[in-house]
Amino acid sequence: MFALRQIRHAYDKQEVLRLDDWSVAQGEHWLILGPSGSGKTTLLHILAGILTPSEGSVAIAGQDLDQLPASELDRFRGRHIGIVFQRLHLISSLTVLDNLLLAQYLAGTTQDPQGAHVLLTSLGLSDKAYSRPHALSFGQSQRAAVARAVVNRPHLILADEPTSNLDDANAAAALDVLTEQAGSCNATLVIATHDRRIRERFELQIALGAHS
Amino acid sequence: MNLPHLSLAYIRARALNSVLNVVLLGLGVATIVVLLLFTHQFEQRLERDSKGIDLVVGAKGSPLQLILSSVYHVDIPTGNIPLNDAEKLKTNPLIKAMVPLALGDSYEGFRIVGTNHDYVSLYDGKTTEGRLWEKPYEAVLGSEIAAHARVKIGDKIVGSHGIVEAGEKHENSPYTIVGLLAPSGTVLDRLVLTSVESVWEIHGQGPHDKDEDEEGNGSDAGKPRHLQPQELTALLIQYASPMAAAMLPRQINSQSALQAASPAFESARLLNLVGVGVQTVQAFALILILCAGLSVFIALYNALRERSYDLAVMRSLGASRGKLLAAILIEGLILAFGGVLLGLAVGHALTEVLGGLLQASQRVYVTGWTVVPGELALVLAALAVGALSALLPAVMAYRTDIAGVLARR
Repeated sequence: MFALRQIRHAYDKQEVLRLDDWSVAQGEHWLILGPSGSGKTTLLHILAGILTPSEGSVAIAGQDLDQLPASELDRFRGRHIGIVFQRLHLISSLTVLDNLLLAQYLAGTTQDPQGAHVLLTSLGLSDKAYSRPHALSFGQSQRAAVARAVVNRPHLILADEPTSNLDDANAAAALDVLTEQAGSCNATLVIATHDRRIRERFELQIALGAHS
Repeated sequence: MNLPHLSLAYIRARALNSVLNVVLLGLGVATIVVLLLFTHQFEQRLERDSKGIDLVVGAKGSPLQLILSSVYHVDIPTGNIPLNDAEKLKTNPLIKAMVPLALGDSYEGFRIVGTNHDYVSLYDGKTTEGRLWEKPYEAVLGSEIAAHARVKIGDKIVGSHGIVEAGEKHENSPYTIVGLLAPSGTVLDRLVLTSVESVWEIHGQGPHDKDEDEEGNGSDAGKPRHLQPQELTALLIQYASPMAAAMLPRQINSQSALQAASPAFESARLLNLVGVGVQTVQAFALILILCAGLSVFIALYNALRERSYDLAVMRSLGASRGKLLAAILIEGLILAFGGVLLGLAVGHALTEVLGGLLQASQRVYVTGWTVVPGELALVLAALAVGALSALLPAVMAYRTDIAGVLARR
């Protein structure tokens, strides 16, 4: 589904990420493991095409990202990649439903309020569609963020530390939602985490080492 | 969901600040709208009232006063001129048409003008009822007087001596109303018209015959001598050729008893005098608009810092840089548009109210229910201010480093 080759990334000449070769097939669920500062978020940003690595090539769905002009890369990202941020980043001025519709609008796909309602209902948020994000609990916000990430039925779902600050039950619930949604889109799921509790749930793992 | 919807959501999210910006801009726009409406209608009025009058001839004095008194009927006349001086001018080949005016009396604050029928045709006046005057003591009323005094054809009205404030009444010699004029939107609407001979006859007899000498002395104290028989107050002249404009005023002014003044020139001088005040208020309004622009800029600039995550998220959702630029610009434009709408509404309503107040007290006719040419430029300028103040924040949004923002803890 995607392939990374000879990835190096440095901020201010300090290397923060080194990854020689990583290939993932469609529909696989992966964990990126590593301690804080090991470059997990950087790797996710590179996969999402919002960060261009200092060296190396990224191909997603057969598409070399560095071959795409900037605006087409934006559109490619909107159509094919869904991202769940660690801090969720729902747009606070918009209702939950509008957050979903915004994702469809910005990706350039048809806006489908009915479909968005169905998706919210499947995530137990049917009565929160017209609420602002600040009126939601953390668990609800997280499910809303997942809903926004999958509303365009992406091929690749990226999640950054989805279980940090959650107790065991809620962490398990968050992972359930992610894996269910990824399964229903047949999307590849990549979760970056330093949470040891969730290691045993995923067979496919890649570990990043700490950088000095 | 689309960009205007998104921008509106952000505007609603900080409603108070948005209202402040809209009100600031609205106040500036409203002030300029009021000025535009007033000056434009004032100029139009001056132009309409002096249409077809190339030159006014009257007694020596201030040329502006001569124009104000005999064209616009707002000031007191400079004095009177002997009829035979006027007769001499009649034969001048540079003059195409000449309308005599004999002023001096008023009816309920409206001036009585002794003249001939040419004066009515000068303003394309038409009677709605009755006919124009033929014999002495017949009068025709302008549309506003008829409405104000509630008189009808056949009624008798009594003129008062003096123009500004009502003096003694000419009780012995009432006028009979023989016609009413249709509204023309000119000075004609506020005049009582009669023949020159009527005015002469009234002043050739009656109670103030005996104090003529007294009044004659009064002219030295700056008060014009009252009209005597065989005298006129002013002559409205139409040139026969463009050449007359160069020659006639000099010809007349060199005669010791007469003065010639051009309505176009004197109106321009008057507008120049008024213009200083208008420009001061205009500058003030422009400062208001610029303040509104600055306020929009600061609001968007601050909002941008709070919104850096939102912008980065939108990029990650597939928004191009251009879309973010457009979203911020649209936000500035929506605020500007709101300010413009508010300003236009308030400006026009305020003009209508002020116009109504002035009409009651000073007989200046200004309405808010009209659009003047300068308003389009004003609307465009205000929108440009909105767009300009959003430009820098928009460019900053365009340049957002998404990975950098999202990696921030």
